Amino acid sequence: MSAIVSLRGVTRAFPGGVSALRNVSLEIGRGELVAIVGPSGSGKSTMLNIIGTLDRASAGTVEIDGMDVAQLRDSDLSALRARHIGFVFQHFHLSPGVSTLDNVADGLLYTGVRLAERRRRAEAALLQVGLGHRLDHRPHQLSGGEKQRTAIARALARQPMLLLADEPTGALDSISGEGVVQLLLGLHSQGTAVVVITHDRDLAARFDRQASMRDGELVDDHRRVP
Amino acid sequence: MTARLEPARLLPVDIVRLAAYGLRARPLRVVLSALGIAIGIAAMISVVGISTSSRAQLNQLLSELGTNLLSASPGTSMFGEAATMPPESVAMIGRIPEVEAVSAIGQLADAKVYRNDRIPASQSGGMAVFAASLDLLDTVSGEIATGSWLNAATASYPAVVLGSRAAARLGIGHNLIGQPIWLGGRWFTVVGILEPVSLVPSLDLCALIGWSAGERYLDFEGDITTLYVRAAPDAVEAVRALLPRTANPEQPNEVDVSRPSDALAAEAAADMAFTGLLLGLGAVALLVGGIGVANTMVISVLERRAEIGLRRSQGATRGHIRVQFFGEALLLALLGGGAGILIGWLVTVAYARLQGWPVDIPLWVAAGGMGATLLIGGIAGLYPAIRAARLAPTEALSAA
Repeated sequence: MSAIVSLRGVTRAFPGGVSALRNVSLEIGRGELVAIVGPSGSGKSTMLNIIGTLDRASAGTVEIDGMDVAQLRDSDLSALRARHIGFVFQHFHLSPGVSTLDNVADGLLYTGVRLAERRRRAEAALLQVGLGHRLDHRPHQLSGGEKQRTAIARALARQPMLLLADEPTGALDSISGEGVVQLLLGLHSQGTAVVVITHDRDLAARFDRQASMRDGELVDDHRRVP
Repeated sequence: MTARLEPARLLPVDIVRLAAYGLRARPLRVVLSALGIAIGIAAMISVVGISTSSRAQLNQLLSELGTNLLSASPGTSMFGEAATMPPESVAMIGRIPEVEAVSAIGQLADAKVYRNDRIPASQSGGMAVFAASLDLLDTVSGEIATGSWLNAATASYPAVVLGSRAAARLGIGHNLIGQPIWLGGRWFTVVGILEPVSLVPSLDLCALIGWSAGERYLDFEGDITTLYVRAAPDAVEAVRALLPRTANPEQPNEVDVSRPSDALAAEAAADMAFTGLLLGLGAVALLVGGIGVANTMVISVLERRAEIGLRRSQGATRGHIRVQFFGEALLLALLGGGAGILIGWLVTVAYARLQGWPVDIPLWVAAGGMGATLLIGGIAGLYPAIRAARLAPTEALSAA
């Protein structure tokens, strides 16, 4: 199985001498389910940005789907994100005053697909996350769990090879959080690689693979024995 | 390797949708900053509209009154004394083939007009008394406001027609036709009042009596003060050149010839210079409006960093972010400009109606206003758009 994400000796240093990542190597296979876990300040958010091509490494090699990120132009990275990578954020980032359907459809804006087709795919994605009955609701009419499921549907609408979720349950109560976790676990079975960033070790323990980080280094990487 | 990647694309129709969405999300701010542009454009449109309407009215007046009226007065002699023109000059000018009509007035320098014989002599009100030939009114395109103009009968009797301002100054209203006034030391009867004479405003402040009445009652000697000549429209300049020698063959250099319509034309031209000044003021308002749009857009970029980060994570390129904010600034300016054109048009129509002018807003003004709007919006949107595009996605996302 070829890796969808391959980090080799990746360092991310910021001006002022702070290194958020130090010599990290990690491979994530297609369809794999990974939790990157660590306390705040451990460099896990920088890790997500690097994997998601929102940020570039200062040293080392980052390959996404076999492509060396360092060799790609900014517009190529945008294309990569538009076609292959989906993001889910802790605070949802839904547009207020816009229906659930159109929030999800907007996730396809930069794929060059017409509005009618975007809406059609958005509806399919919302059905997939169990929000078929909430198409015309505004974000303020949704519960926290429904908001996060909308955000996941928005990422899924592009049918990404890689879904990156940054503390997806961080702003949710435990019941809503559980629904979101079930959803993410379910995606895995359809072949999408899911990477979840969390500080919650209990959440991380439910994933097939846990990569633990501390002070910018990968300190542990183990797979659950089936 | 990169050939595998299908580039991120944003449809043109979605650029418009994004711009509209961005504005809809903050309606109050949009209205306020569009208002700045609207005021600038409205000021420019109404300034130009009102002045072109006023000019259109003057031009309409000119074409109604004709530009072929010439006036000739004796001027001053070489020794600085008031010269006179001989009475025969009317007939002599009438023999020039291109002359359509000729008429004359002669001032009775010693005669003054009073409401009655008890007014002190010094309170003459600056009104002059002229003997007028009967075709004067037709020649200068004058109109009677009330009563009647002199006729062959009343011209030989103590009857007087007052200019509009003279009547107002004497307190003679419409219902006082037939009243006596004290003119040159005897009673004259008011038979008519004139409308203001646009081509010869000096007639507004005078009393006109018949030629023979002047001779009979006030010792008028028949010397001509001013000749009014209607020339064939295509021969005005030719007639103008002939007038001095014809009116006073002995002293042609003493005759002053003028074309009364020149004064109205000059008024139209002066209007244009004034328009330039006001247009400058409108441009300043527009500039301030543009700064308002730039300000709104800069703040909008700061507030929407999370949105920018989200869009970048969804595959928007720097170009897509740039075009989104640039489009938003353009749309904002266009809204303001459209409203400004509408307001400017309404103001012009209202003002012109009030003044009784024809409404004339040149198309180039509306087009120019729209062009200026787009230019201002473009300039105002450029910097915020570039700033938004330069924002690193991680930085934008961490702002949330």
